[in-house]
Parts: sequence; structure tokens; C-alpha cells
Amino acid sequence: MRSVAGVNMKNLTSHRNPLVEGHRMCPGCGAPTALRQAFMGIENPVVVVGATGCMEVSTTVYPYSSWRAPFLHVAFENAGAAVSGVEAAYRVMRRRGEFREGIKFVAFGGDGGTYDIGLQSLSGALERGHDFTYICYNNQGYMNTGAQRSSATPRSANATTAPAGRVTPGKLQRAKNLTEIAAAHNIPYVAQTTLHDPADLIGKVKRAVETPGPAFVNILVPCNLFWKIDPADQVKICRLAADSRFWPIYEVANGEYRVSYKPKGQTPVEEFLRAQGRYAHLFKKGSERRDLIEQAQSEVDADWEKLLAR
Amino acid sequence: MSGGGLCWQDVLPGTVTLGASSQSVETGLWRSVRPVLDAGKCVSCLRCWAQCPDASILTGDGGSVLGINMFFCKGCGICAQICPVGAISIRPESDFQGEAVSSGRGVGPLKVGELVG
Repeated sequence: MRSVAGVNMKNLTSHRNPLVEGHRMCPGCGAPTALRQAFMGIENPVVVVGATGCMEVSTTVYPYSSWRAPFLHVAFENAGAAVSGVEAAYRVMRRRGEFREGIKFVAFGGDGGTYDIGLQSLSGALERGHDFTYICYNNQGYMNTGAQRSSATPRSANATTAPAGRVTPGKLQRAKNLTEIAAAHNIPYVAQTTLHDPADLIGKVKRAVETPGPAFVNILVPCNLFWKIDPADQVKICRLAADSRFWPIYEVANGEYRVSYKPKGQTPVEEFLRAQGRYAHLFKKGSERRDLIEQAQSEVDADWEKLLAR
Repeated sequence: MSGGGLCWQDVLPGTVTLGASSQSVETGLWRSVRPVLDAGKCVSCLRCWAQCPDASILTGDGGSVLGINMFFCKGCGICAQICPVGAISIRPESDFQGEAVSSGRGVGPLKVGELVG
């Protein structure tokens, strides 16, 4: 595979990943793939803090653990605060000479634990400038509890608390842009990616971890169950998200924007939507919602233009 | 409990140093279809390795693909879908009846008190 931004896949096969096999995530789930790729970008020993979510419950099924790294499970709302405390304690212990150097701190959460419930503690941690990397595996809903809407759920997607039916066509509001909110903290590194290209994801986490101070990486991962896609199509869906510009692939390093993937050609957002069952109501014969499909396209186009202008 | 044979009743209270690695859990038992690797076609591009949610693509020295670990593979089919040379095909598990399922790394059930990893 290609070697992009210092990422050499062949060398990575001997990397000792802190996230091991035997976890109980669904077959073909994007979240463990995203986190495994993320850890491939980190050579140093890591301390992992996990907010409640699919990833946390399925990797810590008592008495088993899928983590061969110190792992701290905290509530939905305080992964940011917990990783702050761990990192601050480490800094003090380092100063006293009680601990070796070079330990990295990674916190992760789903979009429920990051966009919604844990946003205040994450914002605080970013503002205080702790040296850690926060990874959001964003499947655009509360998938662990049955596909309730979150503030990451995109407009028109079917969610159990924003259902598609006779009265409403799925979620009525737009997803909030957490990557921009993180960037607005003026932290040294913010990035957004998906599973379209492992080298991109690994390279971004590598830069996030190597940057002193806080870093935030927002990774779009499909939930096969509630996006209603074939598990085998996971990477295909991620490529459609990147190619249609629905999920722009970019990074913000020290305030400098860089679009890391500029898709060739014009893949319509419609292709991304049509590939998923959560948008099936938009394409129902006889009651097709062209207006909402066009609205999705115009929102994506406007966002892309805004991003290029930054 | 599959694979490990360790239940919560077996673990003493105050489990800070106790626990078992999920590497003794045979998630391959979930599978209804399985990927079959044609080693002759495989070019070891490692796309499947990087995109496997269950780290079931076995690699050797120098990053060559050696096979698929059926102990953990849940049969999602991503590897077959993204393989650029069509070296992985998906076949129903019923084709392999009577075959030993276990082909893990021999980690086996971990003993109480043993550290994870």
C-alpha cells in the first residue's frame, strides 16, 4: 500500500496495537477499525480513556478486556475531564521524576459522548491546553441504545427519536459541525477523516499525538445496523462520504486549513444517501423527496465552498 | 461463556489486577459466511489488514499476508469487498461443516490473576 505522510503499512504490521481481537463490536463495525488505525499512528505507550458508548461496552465485557494498555472507563459526560486529570497527574509525577517520559494520552467517545453529553468537559480540556488527543468515532447517532438522534445525526436521516413517517421525513435539523467547534478553541491540531484511506487516518492521528497540546480528530464511521448498510460495504460508504464531500477530509494545524483529500469529479450526495437504508424514505417510489435530496446537496456544496475559502 | 470459560463468579472482588484478555473469546463463532484467501492471487497490499475490524488478517515478516484468523473473524466481508485483486472470496459457513473452528493463536482461557496482554 502507498506510503503517505510517513505512513508505511508494511512496517505497521509489527506494531503492537493496544486494542486487541475478541471485542464484541458488530461484524463489520467501523468503530474498532477507526480506533485500531488511530493507534497505528502512535508508537509511544498510551493511556486510554473511554467515554461510555458502543466501543467502551464492547471492549470491556466483564471480566474480559480488549485493551492491553491502561484503560480508564468514565461516564458519557466526562472523558475530557478524566483525561485532563490523568495527564495533569502525569505531568506532576514527571516533574518529581517518578515516571518515565513519552507517554501519550488518548481519549475517545462516540458522537453521543462527544457532540452531546461530553461536550462541556471536552471543551474545558481543549481550552486548558492539556497534552492529549481526543478521538470521536462518529456514527451519527446513539447507536448503542437503538439509533436515537444525536446532534451529529444529519438532516433527513431516519432515527428512532426523529422517525421518518407520515409526519416527519427523519431528522429535521442539521448536524452540528463539531470539528469547527473544536477548531474555534484555537488548539494546535484538529482533523476530520473517515475510513476511506487508512494512511490518511493514521497520518492524522500521528500528527495529532506528536503535536504538543490538545488535538481533536473527528472520524466518520458507519453503523451497519442503523445506517442500514451491508457490513461488507463499509469502506465503500466511507469513500462515498468523502467523494461526495458530505464529509470533507481536512485538517487545521495551528490555524492553517488544509484539505487533505480533494475528490476528483462530482459524486452527487444522492449517491451517498441512496446507498443507505436510513435515507430510504427519500427515495420511496411515489413519494420521493427530491426537495430534501437537493437540500442536502446545496448544504454540502455551501459547506465545501466555505471550507475552501478558509 | 464461549472460549474463555471464565465467568464473573470466578473472579474475586476488587478486580483491579484481575481480568482476562478478550483474545480468549472466539468471536469467530458468530460467523455465517467466511472469507477464503487465495494466496496465489494475494499481493499483500494490506488493505484488508488495515480495514479489518477484528484484526483477523494474519501477517508475517515484512508485512506479507499469511491468512485469516478464523478464531476471531466474524465474517463481515469487508476484506473480500475491498481486495483489489479479488484474492478473497466469501463462502457460506455450511461449506465447512465438521471442520475444526478454532484456529486462534492458542491464547486459551487466561487464569485469574493474570494481567491482560
